[in-house]
Amino acid sequence: MDLLNHLVLGSQVLFTPINIFFCFIGVLMGTLVGVLPGLGPTAAIALLLPSTFHMTPVTAIIMLAGIYYGAMYGGSTTSILVNIPGEAASVITCLDGYQMALKGRAGPALGIAAFGSFIAGTLSIIGLMLVAPPLAKFALAFGPPEYFALMLLGMVVLIYLAAGSMLKALMIGVFGLLLSTIGMDSISGTQRLTFGILEFSDGVGLIPAIMGLFGVAEVIVNLEEGITRSVVTTRVRDLMPNLQDWKDSIWPILRGSVLGFFIGILPGPAPVISAFTSYAVEKKLSKYPERFGTGVIEGVAGPESANNSATGGAFIPLFTLGIPCNSVIAVLLGAFMIYGIQPGPMMIDKYPDLFWGTVMSMYLGNVMLLVLNLPLIGIWVQVLKVPYPILFPIILLFCLIGVFSLNYSSVEVALMIGFGIFGYLARKFQYEMAPLVLALVLGPMMESNVRLSLVISQGDPMIFVTHPISAGLMAVTFVLLVSPFIPWIGKRRKKLQEKVGGEEV
Amino acid sequence: MKKISLCWLAVAFLLVPGLAIGAADFPKGPITYIIPFNPGGQSDVEARLQQPSLEKNLGTKIIVEYKPGAGGALAWTQFSKAKPDGYTVCGINIPHIILQPLSQKDAAFKTVDLKPLCIFESTPIGLAVKKGSKINTLKEFIDFAKANPGKITVGISGKLSGHHMASLQFEKKTGTKLTLVTFTGAAPQATALLGGHIEAIWGNSSDLVSYQNDMKVLAIGTEKRMDTLPDVPTFQELGMKFYPRIDRGVAVPKDTPADIAAKLEKAFLDTVNEKEYLAKITKAGFVAMGLNSREAMKYIAEETEEYTKLLVEHDLLLKK
Repeated sequence: MDLLNHLVLGSQVLFTPINIFFCFIGVLMGTLVGVLPGLGPTAAIALLLPSTFHMTPVTAIIMLAGIYYGAMYGGSTTSILVNIPGEAASVITCLDGYQMALKGRAGPALGIAAFGSFIAGTLSIIGLMLVAPPLAKFALAFGPPEYFALMLLGMVVLIYLAAGSMLKALMIGVFGLLLSTIGMDSISGTQRLTFGILEFSDGVGLIPAIMGLFGVAEVIVNLEEGITRSVVTTRVRDLMPNLQDWKDSIWPILRGSVLGFFIGILPGPAPVISAFTSYAVEKKLSKYPERFGTGVIEGVAGPESANNSATGGAFIPLFTLGIPCNSVIAVLLGAFMIYGIQPGPMMIDKYPDLFWGTVMSMYLGNVMLLVLNLPLIGIWVQVLKVPYPILFPIILLFCLIGVFSLNYSSVEVALMIGFGIFGYLARKFQYEMAPLVLALVLGPMMESNVRLSLVISQGDPMIFVTHPISAGLMAVTFVLLVSPFIPWIGKRRKKLQEKVGGEEV
Repeated sequence: MKKISLCWLAVAFLLVPGLAIGAADFPKGPITYIIPFNPGGQSDVEARLQQPSLEKNLGTKIIVEYKPGAGGALAWTQFSKAKPDGYTVCGINIPHIILQPLSQKDAAFKTVDLKPLCIFESTPIGLAVKKGSKINTLKEFIDFAKANPGKITVGISGKLSGHHMASLQFEKKTGTKLTLVTFTGAAPQATALLGGHIEAIWGNSSDLVSYQNDMKVLAIGTEKRMDTLPDVPTFQELGMKFYPRIDRGVAVPKDTPADIAAKLEKAFLDTVNEKEYLAKITKAGFVAMGLNSREAMKYIAEETEEYTKLLVEHDLLLKK
């Protein structure tokens, strides 16, 4: 009954013209910054913050939250259409999304991304509503050893991401880890491998790396060979996912939603990690893992649901503990202080209208996003008709503007171009870029957490197995690593593959 | 919309150097307020709170721009070489601007390159343990630390930071040995304490106010008790002359003409002495400072001397 009262309160807050209007503005802005590579929700929220000063805090938070989850909808668009992730969280969507577009199935890819995002977004709000307080404690159970174990599991995921050579995936992953050691050593404060360039003291920027490896490299590759793309279909029926697509996608969407929600609660770049994890899970569970990377719809549906669901999870530590678990939420937390709201564990009790109003607005926002995005698919697909001599310079321009607008730093622009050339060469030798990106994301966190753990345990490595959560994660990692060597699992797998193969022939 | 505002920013950049320097008609265009940290951090919140009133006092637009990196050193290095025309101001943090040039090779600015206009706020640092910890008072903490050297794990946010210095000073004053666990920010630090992964933290007053229901704050670095933490004793009360804190202010490059600097100084002082502003920052758990340019310079010089001594003792001073 309590919940019902809260929902009524939330609806009363939400259903005023002004709040509905700003909810719409928020999700619209979010879709836009999501689509534009480089421009992320953090920058957009920081930029729009001053314009919210005359609003009530509820209206402002409704709009700013809309930008955040809206960006996750838009992020997949450029990944699918032109192989350039609009957000870091959509890197993995490039793998199968772009392949689908090359086969003339951009419409269903965009469609399933939108529907998946909607379903995942809605599920994660329900989660946020029902289980927020107990789950906050779950986040607290994660200390440095638990994080290290989680990151280690993430690194093993790397191996499963490989579509081609596993050895090459490992090599590029390790190279990414090496790159991630650049910058200030967070434990001792010493500068490593920065060559006196201050910009490098916080490490290699993720956004310049992604834009270079995907955006710039894609343009160079196409200059050389020119892509053959199937003729874009314009029949509306073909723009939407068909029944088979839905059958293939529904479980990945649901699994991605649950996965994303739980990873979202943990501090760190949750949308990125959850998308990678979801992809790996789908590939592992799939009857035809070898087809991942060639344009299977599960590879779009799972990760896109996971990164959306993670945004809902991320609000839990904010509202229940006052702890921001990523940069976007940190800006929101800063905004609370500007409005004179004291964040902390008492926030839901002290400001019920704010919490429930925001939660209700997220339902409405998700519906708006679906309504907004479905008609857009038809328009986005038209983008593919733009001739390459026009499309590619525009892509390059967006990459340059996007990276420069992050920190107004020419060093990062140069870095992006460097990564572009590297990405082009690596692609010539059939190296995949996704493991490199994941290594860049996980590397610094993994390093600092293993070292913090050892500081806490006074140098005793047993800390990783005496903590139950960390021990559990370590065990899963271990099983994944040795499974190929255990004969009966290997045999069963082979049999399964043969069976599946037989059915198909 | 984002694109449009970026264009305007670009236009603003182009216009600014073309403006004539002279106090009488200063300012003739928008003023850029550089924040050396991420959006949403405390420095950003302060700037956003000041922004409306600053715009009124100066009669021009204030553009808040973020230049995060290297704990602020990136912004301050670039800012120390910025055109000294008063159209760019930059947030400063003490002890950061003192410690970085003394201890980091790549931080290519000197503390005196940044001329403070004012220091508006001070964030006291306190020592806290988790609620339910067997340690209840500062005395128990010190006794336990003395009996078990290196056994207590204390979370700090950033190496060579205010927290780090506070911990070094504390160890020296009490004759204890703590194990420092360096986190990259206040959020992971608080999470680790609340989750029971570390014993104690050095925390900023604002964070301690937020988490006061889940933490026991043993002592705080103010002279008088804080209104927002009425039950928390000060180190002074407990017999220690110890006032750990981080101060925030705003600066211009040192060669900025005196009359322009004076105009900006007045605008900032008027802003940060407004009742509404003071009420907001006090509620959030900060202490208002309101030092003017001359006082701030003297303060920074004194602190520089103190910190140099501390760094020499711990062999952290940069060897030239």
